[in-house]
Amino acid sequence: MKGLPPVLITAIVLVAGFAACAVQFPNIASTRVVGNLLTDNAFLGIVATGMTFVIISGGIDLSVGSVIGFTTVFVALAIERWGVPPLVAFVAILALSAAFGAAMGAIIHVFDLPPFIVTLAGMFLARGASFLLSTESVPITAPVYSTVSDFALRMPGGGRLSAIAIIMLAIVIGGVLLLQLTRFGANVHALGGSRATASLMGVAVGKMTVKIYMLSSLLAGIAGIVFSFYTSAGYSLSAVGVELDTIAAVVIGGTLLTGGQGSVIGTFLGVLIQGMIQTYINFDGTLSSWWTKIATGVLLFAFIALQQGLVALARRPAAKRAGAVS
Amino acid sequence: MENSLDPAPPLLEVRGISKSFGAVRALQEVDFTLRAGEIHALLGENGAGKSTLIKVVTGVFPRDAGLVRLGDEEVAPRSAKSALQAGIATVYQEVNLLPNLSVAQNLFLDRQPMRFGIVREGEMRRRAKALLTEFGLDIDVAAPLGNYSVAIQHVTAIARAVDLSARVLILDEPTASLDRHEVEILFGIMRQLARRGIGIVFVSHFLDQVYEISDRITVLRNGRLVGERETASLPRLELIRMMLGRELAETTSSRAAASEQKAREVCASFENYGKAGYVAPFNLELRRGEVVGLAGLLGSGRTETARLVFGAERADGGQARVEGASVRLQSPRDGVRHGFGYCPEERKTDGIVAELSVRENIVLALQAKRGLHRPLSRREQDEIARRYVKMLDIRPPDAERPVGLLSGGNQQKVLLARWLATAPRLLVLDEPTRGIDVGAHAEIIRLIRELCDDGLALLVISSELDEIVTYSDRVVVLRDRVHVEELSGEAIDVTNILAAIAADGAAMQEARA
Repeated sequence: MKGLPPVLITAIVLVAGFAACAVQFPNIASTRVVGNLLTDNAFLGIVATGMTFVIISGGIDLSVGSVIGFTTVFVALAIERWGVPPLVAFVAILALSAAFGAAMGAIIHVFDLPPFIVTLAGMFLARGASFLLSTESVPITAPVYSTVSDFALRMPGGGRLSAIAIIMLAIVIGGVLLLQLTRFGANVHALGGSRATASLMGVAVGKMTVKIYMLSSLLAGIAGIVFSFYTSAGYSLSAVGVELDTIAAVVIGGTLLTGGQGSVIGTFLGVLIQGMIQTYINFDGTLSSWWTKIATGVLLFAFIALQQGLVALARRPAAKRAGAVS
Repeated sequence: MENSLDPAPPLLEVRGISKSFGAVRALQEVDFTLRAGEIHALLGENGAGKSTLIKVVTGVFPRDAGLVRLGDEEVAPRSAKSALQAGIATVYQEVNLLPNLSVAQNLFLDRQPMRFGIVREGEMRRRAKALLTEFGLDIDVAAPLGNYSVAIQHVTAIARAVDLSARVLILDEPTASLDRHEVEILFGIMRQLARRGIGIVFVSHFLDQVYEISDRITVLRNGRLVGERETASLPRLELIRMMLGRELAETTSSRAAASEQKAREVCASFENYGKAGYVAPFNLELRRGEVVGLAGLLGSGRTETARLVFGAERADGGQARVEGASVRLQSPRDGVRHGFGYCPEERKTDGIVAELSVRENIVLALQAKRGLHRPLSRREQDEIARRYVKMLDIRPPDAERPVGLLSGGNQQKVLLARWLATAPRLLVLDEPTRGIDVGAHAEIIRLIRELCDDGLALLVISSELDEIVTYSDRVVVLRDRVHVEELSGEAIDVTNILAAIAADGAAMQEARA
């Protein structure tokens, strides 16, 4: 018995928390609330999926919040001021953010710099650039925005599964498959185990690093588009600090902050836990919304302590269990 | 079959390899020949050039001169990866696999069976299972590699290397962390691979294992080839002479007039002192004004003994006494408290603080002993530094110079000064003359003698047998982590030490049991 896998613990926390909320406010247990929760956290789920890959590979990406902010401003200006068709604007910003991530990955690999510093620079750069474009909120009135906002799948019980929630779910599922079933996913784990060893075993570490940060920034770009749908505006101050919420979701989801182990499903559950806390506070009505941060902080501590415990447990016996040499 | 008089054609041929690091010549014109299907031991003491040779052959280091031929082709790998592609695989003591991935993923990383861009997990596991079964391993290949013992990880690494169509397999100290049973299994696999025609290079410090498994032996010393012999026709004593570089004729180096054998008072003693899996329990008495030398091959337990004595490692049995009173040595702090000093072998990493000045390095241990509440005044520091710079003749005589800028010999003197400043009763020196030039060498040896005459007890480790013979009053010989012999007085000479190191394993096995 090696104890529960971290993802399962996250799932138990989510279910127990949700049950506790439902006992106090029976209305929470409805598809309506769940649908809203998914919509409200769609952008977070998307960007956290990318962050999961980065963290499993042993890195970190602090630039994602700024990339989201830049994307919303860029999209708003392109559509409203420059008269670019929305689809073209989307393609352009996705290409731009992917290139941005690739550049960060290349710098990290070529100059052998800590990802923390490189993506911190990227964070300032992207945030600064979005202020350069516009310092005020730019509303988006293009028809495609109202179409997308109106679209929703009806769920039994009156809930609405919005378009952006569907996009998020699709990306989470895609992320799960990419991480679990492909050579790319195996290499991400390998990098998180040890870059030097992975390289000795034939993994093209440089290419992988570029691809991983490219993926993260690309997903941040998509999250930015989704965020612009959600708010129908572009604002250079949007999604400030989201990189930290994202990292929190990934860690609460059971991914090792030191890399090598983790799952996209866990991250998704981590996002839901944060959303659930927010929902509870909304229902309560008397609590300050900052309680979300406090609860998230407490959960983070708990999960990091748990991880350390699990790691120590895994190390302790030289584990000569099973598989005796015959 | 071929003409039996003809030796098998060489599989790997290394000719005239040289490699320098700055001014240090790590390899000079070294030749090495490996035949298909043989197990070839590569031996030598620390700094002989074994690892450098392996790293040059596998492309980790670029070479300065020489050529490497694999089969009929000349190869010049630029990295471990390209060496692997050429068919030369290396498995290091520290297994180079990923403990967080499954066994199957480790075996097939970057070459998993694929379909439509998806890894065929089932197929991969089936193949992994089949591959490991060949090596007599029946384990759950879906579990993370880190769950398994080092032995299983080693076998997995070998299986991966062999499956990558390696023709040459280099095993660097593969048995260092394995128990006896696991070694047997590894040897079984090595023999099986050799029968398949793979050439195996086996690097090890364990001579018993070398004699058990290898067909031929190549010995390096100081970056040069000493010789290549058939294992069966190479007596153990001869092998050790090759490794340590002793000709019987020159072993008559005179002992410095041994200080007369008056009964000296015991300053520290150890009874049945030891630690399981580290050093077998030993008895050791250290007396004032006496130098005890620790001799043995690399990995024989010399440094381990020193660390136990100092308290850098905790013993799990036995009794330590200082001045007759029973004491517990649980940490280096305890050692320092009882008046012990320890100059470790790795000066650069364990000893000096390169950025600090000579003065700061010298007062370090004394300050630590006094505690932070009683700082040494700058005047006291200057005084202490000046005294030792003069006494030990540290050059240049500038106490404010960063230690990193001094030569090796002078760095060693600074370390010595650091401990002398604490007025110790016992000083442990691990390879005090390693890596310093000849002049400084003689001076360090003179210092050791002098310190001893001043009434200090010294425990000195050295690979240089001449040196040990010169300054020791008693010599403890170690072999395979057991104190096997203690020589004193007239009995101390290089021949006797060599004989004790070489005595074959039978007696030792009994001692262990």
